[in-house]
Amino acid sequence: MSEREITFSEAIREALAEELRRDPRVFIIGEDVAEAGTPFKVLSGLVDEFGKERIIDSPISEPGFTGVGVGAAMTGMRPVVDIMFGDFLTLSMDQIVNQAAKVHYMSGGKLKAPIVFRTTMGATRRSAAQHSQSLQAWVSHVPGLKVVMPSTPYDAKGLLKTAIRDENPVVFIEDKLMYKMKGIVPAEEYLIPFGVADVKRKGDDITLVATSSMVQVALGAAEKLKEIGISAEVIDPRTTWPLDKQAMIDSAKKTSRVIVIDEGYEQYGVTAELASVIADGAFYYLDAPVKRMGAMNVPIPFSPVLEDLTVPTEETVFQMAKSLCQRS
Amino acid sequence: MSKKKETSSDVEHWLYAYEQMAKIREFEEKVNELYMKALMPGLAHLYSGQEAVAVGVCEALHLDDYITSTHRGHGHCLAKGAAVDRMFAELLGKEAGFCKGKGGSMHIADPDSGNLGANAIVGGSMGIATGAALSAKMRGSGQVAVCFFGDGAVAQGLLYEVMNMAALWKLPVIYVCENNNYSEYTHRSETLAGEIIARAQAFGIHAETVDGQDVQLVQETMQKLVDRARRGEGPAFLECLTYRYYGHHVGDINRTYYRSKEEEHDWRENHDPLKLLAEKLIAQKLTDRAVLDKILADVATEVEAGMQFAINAPFPNPSEVNEDVYV
Repeated sequence: MSEREITFSEAIREALAEELRRDPRVFIIGEDVAEAGTPFKVLSGLVDEFGKERIIDSPISEPGFTGVGVGAAMTGMRPVVDIMFGDFLTLSMDQIVNQAAKVHYMSGGKLKAPIVFRTTMGATRRSAAQHSQSLQAWVSHVPGLKVVMPSTPYDAKGLLKTAIRDENPVVFIEDKLMYKMKGIVPAEEYLIPFGVADVKRKGDDITLVATSSMVQVALGAAEKLKEIGISAEVIDPRTTWPLDKQAMIDSAKKTSRVIVIDEGYEQYGVTAELASVIADGAFYYLDAPVKRMGAMNVPIPFSPVLEDLTVPTEETVFQMAKSLCQRS
Repeated sequence: MSKKKETSSDVEHWLYAYEQMAKIREFEEKVNELYMKALMPGLAHLYSGQEAVAVGVCEALHLDDYITSTHRGHGHCLAKGAAVDRMFAELLGKEAGFCKGKGGSMHIADPDSGNLGANAIVGGSMGIATGAALSAKMRGSGQVAVCFFGDGAVAQGLLYEVMNMAALWKLPVIYVCENNNYSEYTHRSETLAGEIIARAQAFGIHAETVDGQDVQLVQETMQKLVDRARRGEGPAFLECLTYRYYGHHVGDINRTYYRSKEEEHDWRENHDPLKLLAEKLIAQKLTDRAVLDKILADVATEVEAGMQFAINAPFPNPSEVNEDVYV
């Protein structure tokens, strides 16, 4: 396999371009997706190759274009709906939750909605309370949806191609701060299956289960932990649904200590579900309660001094891990 | 579905439309009975009184054209071509139902006849219908999509988002507003400012208002709108003035606090779609009472048999509860 280093956003764009080339049913719809290539420039150039018929600029109407996507998916197309900021999922929720997620079940399996909702997450961009949330818990809560949270360019590309080929509605959540991050991505085509966690770093003393933006935070913390003699394993579930429960449980059994880290609000968050799965599956092996670290339970503030306090960092994860391992 | 092409004359076609309307009327009467006898779980929103809208609209469509329906959707489903027995089975939560009993009255879907499903979110299917039209246009299939909704749903913002896109992109979608005057238990004078079709006209969408109790008028108007949509001339909006004979749902019995018995009586006596069509056909000497009575009797037999089929049909196996969550 020939390998290259490309950015996270290039990986996303490649996945979309390959799938648009492969399958004429695939199209993209959303705000400023064509010539503008979105504010993040992730889609730059796609309109040149695929035209405005397949890279469709929509009005600023999240429920409207999300619903249009669902209807197109139900009638033979494969839409990729671009919801610019994850915060705007709230506007599209009826179409995602009451329509797309339920149509297969409600129709007794006769209808389906193969559609990808691409959206973003993540704070510390100084974008304040309505452009910074990580709402993966909202969609992970709903049966009928699949939820993907890639943490590397490699995962982003392979998982997005799988998402587009999936027969079900998939919410694909990208960390905005990761778009410029580089990583090794093969030139050859590959797919990554859903529901298969990835061990991002092997270790023996403590397990750090981390999603999306928090994977790099966990890896940074693991490096610091190594300096004080603690060997941390970093597990990335990659999809919050379907969820690879066994990978997390197996790691917990091995290390006996676990911290779960996700950038969504801590209250009723993804961390709660993951911690529950681990506590249930590895109860007799645990030497400490499973700890959860998420975004502080406050609307995300604008002032950098305040905003930086709201999300887990390498340092806070390091401190939590150190105390769990009873090192002072 | 339209038998227009299969029948040899106009009169046969209108007799078929009469039969379809009668079938819907009889179906709903039986649903009401089932509910009153506590044989039906949940609730139902009866279509009685509005039959000319569903039949007139669907008779202007092909089998593979799409419709999206509403919580008051039994009429749409039957008019588009669904079978009575499997509809009853769905309403009773039986395995033989169109959705294996998982959808029920408010979620009946029959993709084989182009019905993308009833929707229990008021206005919830406006995006789906518009997306189906976008899909038809992208695939070059020549299909049109029809979105049924009531005057209550006109208050939902989604309508304006999708009409904007449908007009911009010239999508083959027809928005059919069944204006029955009531948004659940509230008269439209309390919920709607301005005129309904003015909303569509503001987007440059061709819009018309018709007497929704006159099935011939509904179908003829609809046919024009469907033809122009198929020709690529874009979306249209059809407001049908109609009336629901029963309450918002089967349990809405005492409703004098929001509308009078005199008003209900006037619509039943003077604006009934079945009576109206019968009188016209007889006056034009195209048929006689005996022919129409025979249709009513045959429909009653079919509906009764369908209901008995559903009552005797088995419930789903409990193992099905977590099937069909994902494809």
